[in-house]
Amino acid sequence: MGLLSDPVRRRALARLVLRLNAPLCVLSYVAGIAWFLALVFPPLTQRTYMSENAMGSTMVEEQFAGGDRARAFARDFAAHRKKSGALPVAWLERTMRSVGLEVYTQSFSRKLPFPDETHERYMVSGTNVYGILRAPRAASTESLVLTVPCGSDSTNSQAVGLLLALAAHFRGQIYWAKDIVFLVTEHDLLGTEAWLEAYHDVNVTGMQSSPLQGRAGAIQAAVALELSSDVVTSLDVAVEGLNGQLPNLDLLNLFQTFCQKGGLLCTLQGKLQPEDWTSLDGPLQGLQTLLLMVLRQASGRPHGSHGLFLRYRVEALTLRGINSFRQYKYDLVAVGKALEGMFRKLNHLLERLHQSFFLYLLPGLSRFVSIGLYMPAVGFLLLVLGLKALELWMQLHEAGMGLEEPGGAPGPSVPLPPSQGVGLASLVAPLLISQAMGLALYVLPVLGQHVATQHFPVAEAEAVVLTLLAIYAAGLALPHNTHRTQAPDRGWMALKLVALIYLALQLGCIALTNFSLGFLLATTMVPTAALAKPHGPRTLYAALLVLTSPAATLLGSLFLWRELQEAPLSLAEGWQLFLAALAQGVLEHHTYGALLFPLLSLGLYPCWLLFWNVLFWK
Amino acid sequence: MAAAMPLALLVLLLLGPGGWCLAEPPRDSLREELVITPLPSGDVAATFQFRTRWDSELQREGVSHYRLFPKALGQLISKYSLRELHLSFTQGFWRTRYWGPPFLQAPSVWINLGRSSVMSSQGSSAPLSTSSTPPTQSLPLPPSNPWVWPMTLTTTFCAMLCCRGRWSAPKTSPPGRSSCPVVPRASLISFHLLQAGLSVLLKADRLFHTSYHSQAVHIRPVCRNARCTSISWELRQTLSVVFDAFITGQGKKDWSLFRMFSRTLTEPCPLASESRVYVDITTYNQDNETLEVHPPPTTTYQDVILGTRKTYAIYDLLDTAMINNSRNLNIQLKWKRPPENEAPPVPFLHAQRYVSGYGLQKGELSTLLYNTHPYRAFPVLLLDTVPWYLRLYVHTLTITSKGKENKPSYIHYQPAQDRLQPHLLEMLIQLPANSVTKVSIQFERALLKWTEYTPDPNHGFYVSPSVLSALVPSMVAAKPVDWEESPLFNSLFPVSDGSNYFVRLYTEPLLVNLPTPDFSMPYNVICLTCTVVAVCYGSFYNLLTRTFHIEEPRTGGLAKRLANLIRRARGVPPL
Repeated sequence: MGLLSDPVRRRALARLVLRLNAPLCVLSYVAGIAWFLALVFPPLTQRTYMSENAMGSTMVEEQFAGGDRARAFARDFAAHRKKSGALPVAWLERTMRSVGLEVYTQSFSRKLPFPDETHERYMVSGTNVYGILRAPRAASTESLVLTVPCGSDSTNSQAVGLLLALAAHFRGQIYWAKDIVFLVTEHDLLGTEAWLEAYHDVNVTGMQSSPLQGRAGAIQAAVALELSSDVVTSLDVAVEGLNGQLPNLDLLNLFQTFCQKGGLLCTLQGKLQPEDWTSLDGPLQGLQTLLLMVLRQASGRPHGSHGLFLRYRVEALTLRGINSFRQYKYDLVAVGKALEGMFRKLNHLLERLHQSFFLYLLPGLSRFVSIGLYMPAVGFLLLVLGLKALELWMQLHEAGMGLEEPGGAPGPSVPLPPSQGVGLASLVAPLLISQAMGLALYVLPVLGQHVATQHFPVAEAEAVVLTLLAIYAAGLALPHNTHRTQAPDRGWMALKLVALIYLALQLGCIALTNFSLGFLLATTMVPTAALAKPHGPRTLYAALLVLTSPAATLLGSLFLWRELQEAPLSLAEGWQLFLAALAQGVLEHHTYGALLFPLLSLGLYPCWLLFWNVLFWK
Repeated sequence: MAAAMPLALLVLLLLGPGGWCLAEPPRDSLREELVITPLPSGDVAATFQFRTRWDSELQREGVSHYRLFPKALGQLISKYSLRELHLSFTQGFWRTRYWGPPFLQAPSVWINLGRSSVMSSQGSSAPLSTSSTPPTQSLPLPPSNPWVWPMTLTTTFCAMLCCRGRWSAPKTSPPGRSSCPVVPRASLISFHLLQAGLSVLLKADRLFHTSYHSQAVHIRPVCRNARCTSISWELRQTLSVVFDAFITGQGKKDWSLFRMFSRTLTEPCPLASESRVYVDITTYNQDNETLEVHPPPTTTYQDVILGTRKTYAIYDLLDTAMINNSRNLNIQLKWKRPPENEAPPVPFLHAQRYVSGYGLQKGELSTLLYNTHPYRAFPVLLLDTVPWYLRLYVHTLTITSKGKENKPSYIHYQPAQDRLQPHLLEMLIQLPANSVTKVSIQFERALLKWTEYTPDPNHGFYVSPSVLSALVPSMVAAKPVDWEESPLFNSLFPVSDGSNYFVRLYTEPLLVNLPTPDFSMPYNVICLTCTVVAVCYGSFYNLLTRTFHIEEPRTGGLAKRLANLIRRARGVPPL
């Protein structure tokens, strides 16, 4: 790096960066987007392969034949559930005991921060029932979990039926080396969260629950099952978990193996896997799946009850039975066989699943993109921020030089001490104000819901969402800079420099933990962040900035998501969905510990306000 | 962990009848018995016991002729001046809550090596202890070497035993007694040499369809007479298995020898002086009509065992009438009325242990101790041996029962030494009546050196079970019926000696994941990071420490330089 220590060459480099800054930024941004789009093409996307030896070569013979039994269990369960209006705990206990399991129940209760209008619940209390199949001649050090989340509606009866039939079948076998826990949770994910917290004896979300009476050691893997019909046309698999966590790729490979073996039709994101990756059609279809996965992962919510297991380092995925209008259908035996095969292979595991990838993107069920290949996309996008920051830094530097050079001090003494002092002082107010806005956005909606309901004719959930939007919008109107500087240009440049670095750091960190979220936010926020300045077509910039704010990104993502699912939204529907998504985001933060809401309100929103501030710098 | 354990057959190191000397009466004898007990959960436990007794001073007499006593063990005793040896291999976990207190408490064998040392373990593992007399004569191997015993026993039993770390002794155990903390995955291959008597039933493929399997060898000296002037050696070989009623009996609780072992008894062992089968026919209800055994037993026997009154039917195989009738004896038990109570009676003391928390940095070891006795509190001695790589924070030790803090009356803690000895924590805790006591202690997971990880580091590391020793109030004393029928003066002494029985329980072993590096990468990662760090650090350091001078363009020629030289010599600033 003699380049940097030699002032002459440094000046040349600086001049290059300054002169070519705009083209370089555009190039970098385009390269980032292009790289991402290129991920679906074969050199970058690879075929999946099983890495875990213990699950690899040996095949198992599935013997499950309890289809009738499963349907009978499902019918009984549905009838009892209809009669009692809740989870038929006593019936489940009796049935599980009759198939030879060690049965326990766990009751839990949770008062949500505000009423959940999507699921229609507020004060939740329920009971989880679980039965443990004890592996013979093993000391209960390891276990596997098969779980069925039961919501308030009458879905998932067939899943419970299949779970019980599988339990009965598994109980008769002698090859188990790990205990198997059959878990039926009430209030779907809330029940799962309560059970997991009690199992690990932690309290993350303020759930009240009774302690567990029976345990089965360290859980190695879990499969969640959702089935609502006696026959299925396909099985959809969901991998995205809480905060964008993903299970080990080997678990998905395992599922795919048994899909192929049993001839089942398996989908990812509801999309069939394209067969032909050589022509353009395959990759295009893969791009659709990939975008859907990015959107779902970015949302950071658990897409199925498996998502909550991932926090505890339990590899898990959700299988959903889909019953569409396709002609060829599979009965419960086929699904049961796939599950039996998966459990027998998981039973072979000698170590936790760790061989394969934990960070990946899936353009198809049998194709993946590894982290080494997708990270450059977001790297290119963040480079734009870096280049822009460098340019600003140099401009500030040169301006300082320009002031001082007439004084003729020999050597590049510390640049601009007086002017920088002014710049820093002027930065304090906007930084503090925007952070305070973020804090208000995070705290006030839930805290102030009762005040809002007293003074306005709205329900609590509406109050929260509307307060959220109100504070969000109010942030734009606040006067940010109270300080008047002698050199106005230097003020906004310093502020923008700080904001750019702040944004780059945040996006970099997010992209490392949840690539999809980082990439999505970078795609939208980076160009306007780079453009924002108080000169030129201000209204255009302002419009662009509003359009790329985190909330607008969320709205846009909703439209894109439905578009990709081939169920486009109208504007009004989109707005309703947006409001619901806001409420869900806040709720999921409080009930499951999802981090998207605090991340946006405490991190990205204040940062975005800084750019808004730059734009309207006086 | 059972899957990986190649374990073949019961150790029955019986030698065939060698030189049978009729001139003098045999100084050794073999007795065998089988106890079949229906467990509260409906499962059936079968316990075999083969006892060989030899009236011989092995260590004093130069014995070279062995008859019933296995020579391999005899030589072990005489060579190492062994005092006692107990070794057990267990696959599975005795589920006290459903099966009641265990009959054969996982043994503790002691080794006396001139100082105290400990070995013990459970799970699919081998509790092991040995005990030898203080080294009076020169021992062939240095007694302080902890590998001696595992190695010797390994060769004798074809088992893989390894014991990590130094041995240590709990304070409450008698001096000179000790056991080794964990032999996490013992593998065992042994032989079965004799097929007669009760051992006919030991058919491998049936024994390995059980839910619990524990075999043990115990050697100890016993006194020949009351004054103990001379001793005999006793070798007990035991095997206990628990048959899963659900698999074996298709959900019914009836059983028969044939259904469990796929064999029947045909003859007594020709070498045995006693050969008996005991069947527990205790009924939980008062009327005696609930079950029926076939063939009807000749005698019955009553006793209070583990605090409950038990009735046993006795079948003596040496009784010729028993076998001669049909040339085979297939004992069957049928429930006339299946016991209707779904929930089996819960024993007064049971325990549960687990690791709480998530993530790879910290965690918490929690032990739940249940006292289900309706009105009596009793103390429990809890012994925990935790490997050093879980760094315990002793200040976080909390014991709560019924929501209140429970102060233990005695605590002994011996901190771990890295790579040398495990933590040892011993507590005497009073369990209030009808309560759950939670003992929890936080720990931090240590980073091991990368060569210290096991070949399967992502499997996790085992933490040995805690050992609970307690005098548990017996069921007999808890029954109000007894109070009514017993003489009045009995109530003056409510806590008599007979009202307690000693129980030693083991909790589950635990599996704890430690932070594990990705072993495929170290070299690449080290090279890459070193390069990156070197390049960045070097250039930044360079940039930060260098002082910069603007180099004046060289103007003026030789004349100016000369002038400057002169000026410098004069001490005036140069041009």
